[in-house]
Amino acid sequence: MTALHEATAPAAVPAERRPSASGARRAPERGPVAGVRRWVRGGGLSTLAFAIPLLIVFGIFSWSPIVQAMVMSFQKTNLITSQFVGFDNFAHVLADPLLGRAVLNTLYFAVLALVLGFPLPILLAVLMSEVRRGRGLYSALAYLPVVIPPVVAVLLWKFFFSASETGVFNTVLGWVGIPAQPWIQSAASAMPSLVLEATWAAAGGSIIIYLAALLGVPGELYDAAEVDGATIWRKIWHVTLPQLRGVIFIMLILQIIATAQIFLEPFLFTGGGPNNATVTVLLLIYRYAFQNSLGGDYGEATALSLMLAIVLAGLSFLYFKATERWSS
Amino acid sequence: MLAVTATFVALAGCTAGGGDGKLELRVATFPPGADAAAYEAFAAQEAQFEKLHPDIDVIGVEYEWTGPTFAAQLAGGSLPDVFTVPFTDAKTLLANGQLADVTEQMNALGYTDEFNPIILDAVTGDDGHVYGFPRQAYAMGLHYNRALFEQAGLDPDSPPTTWDEVRADAKAIAEATGKAGYAEMSTSNTGGWQLTAATTARGGRIQEGEGGDYTSTIDNDGTRAALQFLHDLRWEDDSMGDDFLLDWGSINQEFAAGNIGMYTSGSDVYTALVRDFGLDPDVYGLTVMPMDGADAGVLGGGDIAVVSPTVDDATKDAATTWIDWYYMQKLLNQDAAVQDAKTLADSGQAVGTPVLPVLDQATYEKSREWIADYINVPLDQMQGFFDGIFDQTPVGEPKGHTQEVYALLDPIVQAVLTDQNADIDALLAQADVDAQALLDGN
Repeated sequence: MTALHEATAPAAVPAERRPSASGARRAPERGPVAGVRRWVRGGGLSTLAFAIPLLIVFGIFSWSPIVQAMVMSFQKTNLITSQFVGFDNFAHVLADPLLGRAVLNTLYFAVLALVLGFPLPILLAVLMSEVRRGRGLYSALAYLPVVIPPVVAVLLWKFFFSASETGVFNTVLGWVGIPAQPWIQSAASAMPSLVLEATWAAAGGSIIIYLAALLGVPGELYDAAEVDGATIWRKIWHVTLPQLRGVIFIMLILQIIATAQIFLEPFLFTGGGPNNATVTVLLLIYRYAFQNSLGGDYGEATALSLMLAIVLAGLSFLYFKATERWSS
Repeated sequence: MLAVTATFVALAGCTAGGGDGKLELRVATFPPGADAAAYEAFAAQEAQFEKLHPDIDVIGVEYEWTGPTFAAQLAGGSLPDVFTVPFTDAKTLLANGQLADVTEQMNALGYTDEFNPIILDAVTGDDGHVYGFPRQAYAMGLHYNRALFEQAGLDPDSPPTTWDEVRADAKAIAEATGKAGYAEMSTSNTGGWQLTAATTARGGRIQEGEGGDYTSTIDNDGTRAALQFLHDLRWEDDSMGDDFLLDWGSINQEFAAGNIGMYTSGSDVYTALVRDFGLDPDVYGLTVMPMDGADAGVLGGGDIAVVSPTVDDATKDAATTWIDWYYMQKLLNQDAAVQDAKTLADSGQAVGTPVLPVLDQATYEKSREWIADYINVPLDQMQGFFDGIFDQTPVGEPKGHTQEVYALLDPIVQAVLTDQNADIDALLAQADVDAQALLDGN
């Protein structure tokens, strides 16, 4: 505490600790009752009233399932009867030959999504921020895919991805002389196809966030750069991107976490096929829990979920540490 | 606030049930997506039953057997009191205590001994008790689109009888119409299911053994021939269209839309094709799967009406009363059979879909005679199936880890259909090892 703070401290004494207005001198209240009273007068009750619904909702719908899942990962259970099995579930999951394939597929998806899906929204946002008229229209158009329910979007794209020569994308390719592609019907092109759709579906949200951040960049910086004779690319490189780095950092870690949990696209487009080419970690978790029609192996599913959560938490921590200086 | 409270009270009244003293019985009806006429027919049947049993209030619940939701529904208490499960899963479910024991009720109804013993075995536990009523069985058949046959210059009244003919017809259809001449399911465990059927039809078996001691025999000549057949149609003839990730629902959808010339599936799928997928009955054709080899047989399956293990005794009695009335009496009793057929026919529902007998053959044939006037499925378009099915050897589905083994086979079917250079021998050898590990409990 600084000298200044010490000098002003008496003014900060709560009213109930000061001598009463009537002038009668009372000993300062002490003990737990006084503490509660102080807490109440300080607005503690209203704080609690606001917090309780949140705590209840989070407790029931988030924390309780997380704790139950952690318990379940050490059990063999069909949801009716349960039996403690120690680390058996973890051992079984780690011995599954499909796990390595699922991890590699997930990494492949994450890398492709990073290469294709990460720079695109930044680029589009920068271009849109340069537009003087109709920015609202462009924003709405960019955001439109986010508004479409994901399942509907996937079904639409399934139609676009038709491998026949009359399929939508293949027709377009045909106009420029490119032969029909198998898209999701081939192990080689299935994953890139999924990334294409996932990028389209998610880019709108990222563009809006980048656009908001871009509009917050002080105009004087650009003016100064312009006075110095900077080209548009030098302005982007030396002004825009450094100003966006905080947002870029957050978006990157969010994207890594999201891509590591990719499920919807492989589940709806390919069911993990062809020949396990699009089985991801989360799809494998789903299969453990639900593919066996006789009640599933919820223990193994939660064990793999837990391992994924730990890996992602560790990855996030390392990433934050590694980029601490850069992002601050 | 008062209105909200009143609503809660009213809802509580509903769920507590039977303000009028009736016992509420929640019974499975149809999968989501069934047409309105199906619900009309069900409402009529519900009224008929409640007239006979005024103390029971039947509540229809949309239901579709899906493995993913079953255990969660059971644990969450949202499973109907009466529902159906496939033969393949009955043994494990009853071993897990997930089905109610109905021995006493079935004995009281007096027809335990009339079931085909092989079929009754599927619902009998190690304790000798019975845990369900086998209600319908099917054999795998070859479904085909008569309109596409005609467009390809083929005679729809002479469907193929050998696999070579299937291949030739598929090629003709693909070349003449641009549609898939032949299609195969390959996802959600259906690839394994159909590969097993194709294997059986070529004299192979994917599993041997009884009573929990099973050996994987996936690496056999029948399965190899079945995969080679798919490979040739796909890569030499290009007669299988462009979608190789189909499952039961999507292949039915494509077939009903006129995009598939032929595919194999359960003989009873006609009802779903018309009711749930909007198939034009005029284009439908059904014949038996071609058999090839000395041990060739037709894969069969079916489903069982069962009672939730969580119900009390009174509800269990009501549940078996419903099962007897809704599912069984039409197989046993002329009046019930006629009433059921008439109700369904009046609502435009399929009557006479080809199934296999769960009781003895004579009773089955008699029941077909009872409802002859109401049969509205195009029997003449299914003649190939009726002519051949009783000459084929029925083979049950593999019993050890059935769905998991099917799941192992899905990627193999997909590999053959999407990779021209897929090494069938290597795929089979690996699947055999993986399946044996499953069967050994590793």
